[in-house]
Amino acid sequence: MTQKFSLNVNGRTATVEADGDMPLLYALRDDLGLNNPHFGCGLAQCGACTVHLDGKPVRSCVTPLAEVGGRQVVTLAGLGTPDKPHPLQAAYVQEEVPQCAYCINGWIMTAAAFLRDRKKPTDAEIRTALSGLKCRCGTHMAILRAVKRAAAMMG
Amino acid sequence: MTAIMTGHESTATFSRRNLLQAGGALIVSIGAPLTFEGAYADDNPMVAATKPPLTPEQLSSYLAVNADGTISIFFGKMDMGQGLAIAIRQMVAEELDVPFKATRIFIGDTATSVNQGGASGSTGVQEGGHQMRMAAAEARRVLVEMAADRLGVAADQATVTDGVVHVASDATRKVGYAELIGGRFFNVHLNWNGKYGNPLYAPGKAQPKDPKDHKIVGQPIPREDIAPKVFAEADFVADVKVPGMVHGRMIRPPVAGAVPVNVDDSSIKHIPTAKVVWDKGFLGVVADKEWHAIKAMRELKVEWSQASPPFPDQAALYDHIRQAPVRKREENKPVGNVDDAFKSAARVIAAEYEWPFQSHARMGPGCALVEIKDGKVTCWTGTQKAHFVQTGLAATLGVPQDSVRVIWTSGPGSYGRSDADDAAMDAAVLAKAVGKPVRVQYMRDQGTAWDPKAPASIHRARAAIDASGNVIAYDYLSKGFSRIDVDTNGSQPKDTLAGQALGVDLKSGDGFGLPGDSYGFANKRTAWETIAPLLDRASPLRTSHMRDPVGPQIHFASESFMDEVAAALNLDPVDFRLRYVRDPRDIAVIKAAAEKANWQSRPSPRKDQAGDKVSGRGIAYAQRGPTRVAVIAEVDVDRSTGAIWARKFTVAHDCGQIINPDGLHHSVENNVVQATSRTLWEEVKFDRNNVTSVDWLTYPILDVTGAPEEIDVVLIDHPEIAPAGAGEASTRPVAAAIANAVFDATGVRIRRAPFSPDHVKGALS
Repeated sequence: MTQKFSLNVNGRTATVEADGDMPLLYALRDDLGLNNPHFGCGLAQCGACTVHLDGKPVRSCVTPLAEVGGRQVVTLAGLGTPDKPHPLQAAYVQEEVPQCAYCINGWIMTAAAFLRDRKKPTDAEIRTALSGLKCRCGTHMAILRAVKRAAAMMG
Repeated sequence: MTAIMTGHESTATFSRRNLLQAGGALIVSIGAPLTFEGAYADDNPMVAATKPPLTPEQLSSYLAVNADGTISIFFGKMDMGQGLAIAIRQMVAEELDVPFKATRIFIGDTATSVNQGGASGSTGVQEGGHQMRMAAAEARRVLVEMAADRLGVAADQATVTDGVVHVASDATRKVGYAELIGGRFFNVHLNWNGKYGNPLYAPGKAQPKDPKDHKIVGQPIPREDIAPKVFAEADFVADVKVPGMVHGRMIRPPVAGAVPVNVDDSSIKHIPTAKVVWDKGFLGVVADKEWHAIKAMRELKVEWSQASPPFPDQAALYDHIRQAPVRKREENKPVGNVDDAFKSAARVIAAEYEWPFQSHARMGPGCALVEIKDGKVTCWTGTQKAHFVQTGLAATLGVPQDSVRVIWTSGPGSYGRSDADDAAMDAAVLAKAVGKPVRVQYMRDQGTAWDPKAPASIHRARAAIDASGNVIAYDYLSKGFSRIDVDTNGSQPKDTLAGQALGVDLKSGDGFGLPGDSYGFANKRTAWETIAPLLDRASPLRTSHMRDPVGPQIHFASESFMDEVAAALNLDPVDFRLRYVRDPRDIAVIKAAAEKANWQSRPSPRKDQAGDKVSGRGIAYAQRGPTRVAVIAEVDVDRSTGAIWARKFTVAHDCGQIINPDGLHHSVENNVVQATSRTLWEEVKFDRNNVTSVDWLTYPILDVTGAPEEIDVVLIDHPEIAPAGAGEASTRPVAAAIANAVFDATGVRIRRAPFSPDHVKGALS
């Protein structure tokens, strides 16, 4: 059943008409034109669709629209801009992390929440925090370098 | 001057005006409106106001000088995220003597580039870059000639600085590229070799620069496509939308080989706008909203034909390969007499290795958008080979090729002949059926289970040893499914799922490969044999090219076996290789890796370890075309769990001249990690009916928790040697390097991939 949903995305309010069981991912991509969260698996197994809901990383591909409510949605586009980049975005560019870059939402959004809560993490803590995210191109080494670089920037 | 004034552009090609009106960001910028104030240029046979036809023998097909003096480069290969776009710009800027920043590149659009083969066989720089270098050198020659004419000096009295031609002895007498031709087109004929694809070569009269004079080539210039993606400003193919577009989903059979015999449209009647497209074995749905297309795909009631289970039990796969009739066999040029040498051997060492089917399992399953409008077909695709997809779409839709435009758009990773080409054809069939632009997005299970697979294979090696412990003969055979059961591009319907579902005649191709090495054994035979696919059409186990096609499996076996021989002879694995390897550059990479890794000479296995946690080191090396790579792996093995951590790699890499060390370093590192994943984890699972690897739980890949601690890369630069491929070469020695390190640690030889904990624990017990 199509319903109207009011969403708060990247600091703006938007209305979406859709089925309540439709995952948030499709509202962001198809209705609001925010292409950055990607469809990777639809199963919460890879992270390509990750956004923040009230600051917590969630997999938008399995988050039904009806459960989003008034919570703040932040996508990669809302994390920072070229003028005011999030440290992870700056580090990703400096380290030239991605090969194809399709997976980066998962890594950056998950690491952003992790580094906000955990200052000066160890290598093992970073790996554990990011476990389960997928990168098929094998950029693991550069990802770890960038997260460490961003952690240093974030003190 | 040999340039000939050509006619106007063919009506069949897309005119510049059309391109400028194409909407969105996909615009070819030839500069400001055409300027005709330079009457001189209009008279110049090397300049045209209208673009000459887009053919390989026209310089304008590769380069244009814009009105502001910047350079537009039109490239018929793709950059799959390894920095090729930057490398090509460096090569062109170098030859043209323009600043790197003054170049722009337009990639993989059939309306603006000729078929240079797409991303294929790591030839981006080796073949594609070579051609662009020659084209740029010719452009510089022509521009200098035009300028010299205008400045009233001989061409050899003129030189170029930052896109300005000036008299060598008087820099105030000058004219810029922009003034000479900006906003108009080269009209210069090149000596095309008549070939399309990777071998396309069309030089002019100019010779490229001496590598000693290179200033831009060799610099670590960073990629420019990363920031737009990191700031969510760039579109991937999955992000492209056009007005009126609807969403398509495909439906694959529960038993591979089954076809729909009854489709109940009423089962999706309650889903708004959902519609079925069914033709023979082809079954898809479309809906205005993506979520409704997904629901329709899930809820559509389909009765399938009774197909007999097409596959053997997975446990019987390697026996099937051993016993299957050989469809084609090829051998190397024989060296000596292998059979006689084995008869005289004092000792024979033999082993057999096994490698599973593997999936591209791209981060995003296949996706494509096709619009058919006013007799023109436009396709956005993440394919590696846009020009071949153009041919395939024309054949699938039954329209002339020149009415089809294919626009390559960044996809979710690309490692060969993936499901990208299948998605393009499916989108086209759906778009034609519903009369609207259709975006097809495969689901995860379709991307993993139904993409073309890297072939499974077995490999037999034996070595004849004489009484003094010398290797006197080597005999190596790979037997497996073909690397071209479906071809490496989507140019023919028979090679796509849509074509096979729609019933076109099939022809499965035969190809495998031989080890790339320079072992100088007196008697040496290497061979391959292919077998028929398990299911002849629309098979989820159809096989084709996946990164370093058949390289990982061949060299897992050949380089593991060299280690087995070294161990049997009680020789250090590096010393053994240096004793027999003949090519000086091969020797150099082996020595460079050993030196960097601080390799201590001793035979494997180690004998100084006790307990469950052991570690070891192993080496493997390979040639891939003109490129050679040596890899040393250092691993930790937990005997109690079978878990392997490939802790450190040292890689020595020689691909001739290095265009961009930064891009090369990343490419090597990513190759090694992906190859580690394939070695330790990746195996396509199937049962009698179908592939059962359908997601990341059933097709696990290397997790970041298992990533190496360090990858130490030694890049050997040979500016005097033509640059060769680096996109795949460092993949191939990785599996053997790890296997050899596991042997060093445990004394146990792993001869079947992947080395997952279960397999390894079994082998160790």
